[in-house]
Parts: sequence; C-alpha cells; structure tokens
Amino acid sequence: MTEEIKISIRKLYKIFGEDPAAALEHVRAGVDKTELLDAHDHVLGLQDINVDMHAGKITVIMGLSGSGKSTLIRHVNRLIEPTAGEVWVNGENILELDEKQLRQVRRERMSMVFQKFALLPHRTILENAGTPLSVRGLSRAEWEDEARTWLNRVGLEGLDEQHPHQLSGGMQQRVGIARALTSNADIMLMDEAFSALDPLIRTDMQNLLLELQEELHKTIVFITHDLDEALKLADHLVILKDGAVIQQGEPQKILLHPNDPYITDFISDINRARVLRVRSVMVPTREPRDGLAGEVDHDANLESVIALSGGDTTLSYRVIRKGEQVGVLSVKDLVRALVPSEASDEGVLSRAS
Amino acid sequence: MATYDSLFDTLGLRDWCDAGSSSAPMSMADLIGQAGGAEPEGSIWQLPFPSMDALNDACPAFPQSREVTRGLEDGFLSIKDSLSFVLDPLTQPLSWALEGALWLFDTTPWWIMIPLLLLVVQLVTRSAALVVFVAACLGFLAFIDYYSYAMDTLAIIFVCAFICVLLGVPIGIAMSRSDGFQRAAIPILDMLQTLPTFVYLIPLIFLFSVTEPKLYGIAIILYAIVPVIRLTNLGIRLVDKQVIEAADAFGMTARQKLWEVQIPLALPNIMAGVNQTIMMSLAMVVIASLVSAPGLGVLVLRGIRNLELGVGLVSGLGIVLLAVILDRTTKAALARVNSTHQM
Ligand SMILES: Nc1ncnc2c1ncn2[C@@H]1O[C@H](COP(=O)(O)OP(=O)(O)O)[C@@H](O)[C@H]1O
Ligand SMILES: [Mg+2]
Repeated sequence: MTEEIKISIRKLYKIFGEDPAAALEHVRAGVDKTELLDAHDHVLGLQDINVDMHAGKITVIMGLSGSGKSTLIRHVNRLIEPTAGEVWVNGENILELDEKQLRQVRRERMSMVFQKFALLPHRTILENAGTPLSVRGLSRAEWEDEARTWLNRVGLEGLDEQHPHQLSGGMQQRVGIARALTSNADIMLMDEAFSALDPLIRTDMQNLLLELQEELHKTIVFITHDLDEALKLADHLVILKDGAVIQQGEPQKILLHPNDPYITDFISDINRARVLRVRSVMVPTREPRDGLAGEVDHDANLESVIALSGGDTTLSYRVIRKGEQVGVLSVKDLVRALVPSEASDEGVLSRAS
Repeated sequence: MATYDSLFDTLGLRDWCDAGSSSAPMSMADLIGQAGGAEPEGSIWQLPFPSMDALNDACPAFPQSREVTRGLEDGFLSIKDSLSFVLDPLTQPLSWALEGALWLFDTTPWWIMIPLLLLVVQLVTRSAALVVFVAACLGFLAFIDYYSYAMDTLAIIFVCAFICVLLGVPIGIAMSRSDGFQRAAIPILDMLQTLPTFVYLIPLIFLFSVTEPKLYGIAIILYAIVPVIRLTNLGIRLVDKQVIEAADAFGMTARQKLWEVQIPLALPNIMAGVNQTIMMSLAMVVIASLVSAPGLGVLVLRGIRNLELGVGLVSGLGIVLLAVILDRTTKAALARVNSTHQM
C-alpha cells in the first residue's frame, strides 16, 4: 500500500502501577502480564505496540475485554501518557507537544466518539453537536449552522432543542457522531462506539458510518470486541491480546491465515461465506481462460458465488474488477476456503518479522 | 496526710513539693474540707484516682486541674487581641450585610415584601401550588402578628446561606481537585458538624462584642456551611468519568471543564447541599437568639424564660412553617434542575 500513513505508533508500552519504569524492565526481560501482576503488582496495559494507520482508512482494533483496546486508543490523543514509545500523528510526535499544542491538536486534528455517548446532559442536542467549535471560542452564531448540518446528516432533523435524555441510545450516539464530525478533524477515534446499542440499531449505525466514510474519507480508529463488526468495517485489522498485537493486516488475510490459536478460536464461529470475498480466494491471473461458467465481481462475497453456482464444485468463474479480468475462481477453492485453517506458520513468520 | 504523700517521698521530691506551692486559689471543696477538718480514710475502697487534684493534695507544687482550663483561658485571652485585630475588619462586612438585610426586610412594607417573596418562589420553582402554600403560611404569620419576627429570621438566613454558598462552593471545588486537601478538610468538617452548637458561641463571645450581628452570623455560617462544601466536593467527584474524558478529548481547558462540565453536572448535588445549608441555618438562628440574633428565636427564648407556653409554642410553629417553606422551595428548584440533568 502506498497511501500516506496518518498515525504511527512505535514501540509503545503502558504499565499501570506505582513504579512503571522499573516494571518496564521486567517486561522487556520477558515477564508476561499475569506474572507482572502477581509478582510485581503492576498491570501490563500495552506491550511493544507497533501499528501504522493509513489516511482515509478505517483501522479496527479488536480484542476481548481487558486486552488494552481503550488504553491504546487513548494514547492517540494522549488522554493516557505512555510508559515508553512514540505516537506520531501527521508526522509529529504527540508526546513531545506541550499542553497548549496538545490542546490545539485535540481541538482541530482529532475527535472522539465514546461507548456511553458522553454527551453533556444539561445541554441541548444542538449545543452538544456544537461543542467542538464552542470549545475553540466560536460564538453560537458561528457554530450553529455547522452543528445543524451534521445533525441533519446523521438523520436528526428537528431535534435541536431536545436534551440527550429525551433520545434513545441510538439517537444519542448519532449526536455523538455529529459532534465528532462538527469538529471537522480528519481523525476520528471511536471507542466501542456501537457496543452499547441493540443489534438492529447497531447495524444501522455501522451502515451510517460506512456511508459517511464513503464521502468524507476520515482516518478512523475503531475499537470493538465484536468480530462481525470488525470485519464489516475494517480496512486494516489489529488484534490485541493481553496488551500485545498478535496479528494485524487486511481482515481477509487474517481470516485465511490466522497465526495464533487465539485468533482461530475467535474466527471459528463466523459465517465465512458471507465475510470472505472473491478476491481473497481467487487465483490472480490476467490470462483469458476457456470453460468459465461466468463472471463475478472481485468484491462479491463467497455466499453469492455459491448461490450462482448452485453448489456445483466443478465450475470456475472469471473475476472482474472495473470490467477487466483480474483472476479466476474455482468453486473447489472456494469450498476449501470455507473450512477454517489452523494457525499457519506463514502467519507466525510474518509476526516475527 | 494525703493518699499520695508516700509517692512523692519515695521519688525524693518532697523538697520540691514544699518549696513552691501551687498558686491556684483554693476551690470551694477544699475550703469545706478544711472547715470540716476531716482527714481521708486510708481504706483501699476510697483510693482516689491519681488525678491532678489528688496529687496536689499530697504535693502543693503539683498543679491543680483547674489550671488546665485556666491555662486555656489565659492562652486564648492573650491571643484574643491580635486575633480580633485581624478578624474584626475581615468580618465587618458580615455585620453590615446582616444589618442591611434586617433593615431592608423590616422597612419594606408587607404589601411589597410578600408579593416579592411569592415572585421569587414562582421564579425558582414554577409551581403555582407552592406559591399558594407560601402565601397562606406568610399570611397566617402576619395575621397573628409574627410577621416582623419571621422577616428578621428570613433576612438572617438569606444572608448567611448566601455567604455559605459563596465560600462553600469554592472550598468544595478545591477539595474535589486535591486529595490532600480533602483529607485535611474532612476532619475539620466533621468537627464543625459534631460540636454542640452552643460550643461555637463561647469563643465567639470572647472575640466579638455580643451586640454585633457578626457574632451570630459567624456561628450560623460555621455550622451551616458544612453540607454545601461536602456536597460540592462529592458532586464534582461523581461527575461521569467519560464526560470528563470527552471534555479533554475535545480540548477543553481546565477552566472550561469546570464551568461547562463539572459545575453544571454537579449542580443537583450542590443544590441538595444548599437545601441542607438553609435548613441548618434555620436551626442555628434559633439558638443564636441567645446572643442577640433577632427573629422567631427570641420569642422561643421568651417562652422558655418567662414560662409563656403560648408564645413558645406559636413561635415554634412559625419556625416549622418557615422550615417547610424553605425546604419545599429549594427542593422544587432542585427537582427542576434534576429534570434537565438526568442521563
Ligand atoms: N487506570 C488504570 N489503572 C490500572 N489498570 C488499568 C487502568 N486502566 C486500565 N487498566 C488495565 O489495563 C488493561 C486494559 O484495559 P482497557 O484498555 O480498558 O481494556 P479494553 O478496553 O480492551 O477492555 C486491563 O487489564 C485493565 O484492568
Ligand atoms: Mg474498553
């Protein structure tokens, strides 16, 4: 990939406790999370995190509860100070900023959406949406239109004068998103933004986010503990366990080549046919070939190809991207890809590198 | 021959004992004892505790217990002048505020005062029923000629509660921001709340003249300020951590966070503190009539002193009515705040 790297996290460590510096030495010497807690009474929040996040993409950080997701995302806007490491945003090390510069970055370069919405209960919906601008010192007349535009954009027309408690959870989170968008920052941090919502509303919100992203191309860091959500949204998927990244990459690659039993467990229950795409299992070739049963789009999911083939495993299809052939997909390969593979050696190697 | 003679003899302190005799004047009990000339029996059942007085019997050089209280008194009197030199001008505005408020409430004619109070109730609570209730109570008090006493009491409460809020909220905010300050302040607040109310008055009487309004003003404020401090501190500490995080994430300064997030979100708790502060001011204003605070408390006192049962009971009823009015009004205001603050 050649896109610009917007956020780059380098060798990041975070240890909670009385004397993090001393505990860091133990961690560098190979002490793991459980041992650090039992023997040294410190909590290992994050260890040796290296992640690049590309401009205009959605990077999803996934892991079980307690794996350090919230801790990691809070390093991007420095709500949490690291024990060691670097956080580069727009080519600038966030950790070297003074208080005033940091405030400037938080006001203008990034916004955040929270799991429990974190709206100001005493302010109206419109005032809540206008918060990022009023914080910068703009007058009501100056931010009102902008805030109203984004409220309308997330589907909240005519609720300007309501208070948050009068809205349902899904609508409150729409306000949260409108608030983040009003700031016009190009980085959006979302910490389990949809985890508190009902499944149906959650799907709506995911669609809303993708739709907005289509248009706005923000750099989004999205946190979730839900694999389906992660696969739906992620351009780049980072999997955390006990404060360490155990695998990261394109979601399709991780599905096909998990490098850790932990991830294999994680992905064993999903509907692979719906999640995997043609482009991930096809054989890339531009050579025309005879005997193909038809054409499928490179981004179609496998489920649609199975429906098309009627279950006949002898067939093969031409894979098309923007009207050109980019590969060939045999239904036999497709069926093989539906069986979860064990943690692969290739994955382990890529982690070590 | 006193019980503990032998103690001083064996310690070899006899000379010291006889050399200087304690300068404290004789207590009444001593005088009676001397007159009777009765020597204490040596029985073990009557062995006195080796208290300061018992030891003084055996050794005149040993100080009597009375010297402890006298020492305190002397100490206090010796710093009194410098203390009142500092405190007098500092607290003078309190006297002025109280005198001003009393004058204002006394001279404003009832047909302006009562509608004005009703208007305030209406504005704060937006409850017509409560306005009618307050009108009935005030009308009743005026009808039985307790109006001016009730107004005096109200004037004092307004001034004192206002100052409590003015000082208490900033103190509460400071406590919420520093764990160290909170640890230091809580024992003081506990003490202020548990000291019997009369005990406040004693040192204050020494410091200020009894005729000055600030004497009772300070006593009321010291007693009533505690809840507003406590609940401001608590309210700010209880503000949802995620909302604070959001404020930080959007780049609020500490000051923006305080005024736009912490205080508004702590407001229900702060208001609950104000309600308690007002109720405690009312309780103290009655006791403060002992040191010349005007108002309904004076009538209660008259009822006790002159055994005027009717006066005592009716003024007691007046205080209850005021308490109900103040409580209902502040609670209704609190409910209004709460309704816009719930999550
Ligand atoms: N302030 C803190 N003090 C001590 N331990 C903490 C603190 N914050 C988080 N932790 C610990 O760090 C780990 C990661 O927490 P968190 O980032 O909240 O996980 P997640 O968001 O993935 O559920 C957990 O073990 C948690 O207990
Ligand atoms: Mg979390």
